Amino acid sequence: MSNVFTLLLVREARLLFRRPAELANPLVFFAVVIALFPLAVGPESQQLRNLSPGLLWVAALLAVLLSLDGLFRSDFEDGSLEQWVVSPHPLSLLVLAKVVAHWLFSGLALVLLSPLLALMLGLPAHCVPVLLVSLLLGTPVLSLLGAVGAALTVGLKRGGLLLALLILPLYIPVLILGTGALQASLQGLPAAGQLLWMASLTALAVTLAPFAIAAGLKISIGE
Amino acid sequence: MLFEGLDLQLCAGEMLQVAGPNGSGKTSLLRLLCGLMQPTSGEILLQGVALTRQRDELARRMLWIGHAAGIKGLLTAEENLAWLCALHRPASLEDIRAALAAVGLRGFEDVPCHTLSAGQQRRVALARLHLDPPPLWILDEPFTALDKQGVAELERHLADHCEAGGLVVLTTHHSLAHLPAGYRELDLGQRRA
Repeated sequence: MSNVFTLLLVREARLLFRRPAELANPLVFFAVVIALFPLAVGPESQQLRNLSPGLLWVAALLAVLLSLDGLFRSDFEDGSLEQWVVSPHPLSLLVLAKVVAHWLFSGLALVLLSPLLALMLGLPAHCVPVLLVSLLLGTPVLSLLGAVGAALTVGLKRGGLLLALLILPLYIPVLILGTGALQASLQGLPAAGQLLWMASLTALAVTLAPFAIAAGLKISIGE
Repeated sequence: MLFEGLDLQLCAGEMLQVAGPNGSGKTSLLRLLCGLMQPTSGEILLQGVALTRQRDELARRMLWIGHAAGIKGLLTAEENLAWLCALHRPASLEDIRAALAAVGLRGFEDVPCHTLSAGQQRRVALARLHLDPPPLWILDEPFTALDKQGVAELERHLADHCEAGGLVVLTTHHSLAHLPAGYRELDLGQRRA
């Protein structure tokens, strides 16, 4: 059974690397949105620095959401999902592999890019570890929750906006904890409390979201 | 209500061709049989037990090839088959090559499927029928896009499977030339009229 998990990871990696533009799009989006703020708000370093936790997190959140719209669409259209449903393997395990692969190649890249953009906004270097840890814990939650929405909207022709409306409210706790951790560290306070809460959200999402995703896909396929 | 009063029993060695005009519910019936959809009323039994209670049993015995057959355009024929087989019963590379040769795709193993023609892509999907398949085959429009020779080969392969004790349920508009002993036809259009 874990063998299927690995094989699906390999299959997803192959598919993503044969369509590199889809990997790059969320990253470029993330970088461009962050680059717009100094232009819009003004390059005053103190102001940007105070805003940076919120800016980084909102931009990361939107970039993840953008990348998730098409998560299941091609598998839905070419019949792959039907094959997953009729296979003897639990659909929740297969979709977990799919989301993990997606996170490894887009979420993780986003996390690795974030220190560069944080420094661009004037976030002090001592806050970068907190930024990295909070994004490392938070982006999997964003991917998993977003995948629930993607599963429910996969059958719709233009599900993108509906996906955002469905999922953005669910992102609020992650956003509050992520920016909270970063604000605390910006003020020289310990951020461990927020990060531990975030870790518990991650554990919760990894265990429960796959079942919700699988149920959503079965509804979309059964229509 | 798509259809009602439908009572049907299928045994090993039979082939059921579901016919009927467009929109008469052929695909829906097949999707109900393989558990992708749930009936609003009525029930489907597998060996006397409700289908919903034995999804694993069904999954082990059934091979479903839908109108969209789950072939990824970005993957090669070999990669596609390796993954589709791994979902049920992993197959070796030699077996996959032999199956591709059996459907006339020798030399196309390493070609991304989006560069193949529609008929060739259909053949990639149908190569699964040569890879140690389970006994029950549910096929939605398997003859689409195949050439004359491909149709004849597939008909013979399906008939052989039935005569060896397998069970085939398929939809097609085309009248089959090569019929196994256990052949039956269900016309959903006539039932409605």
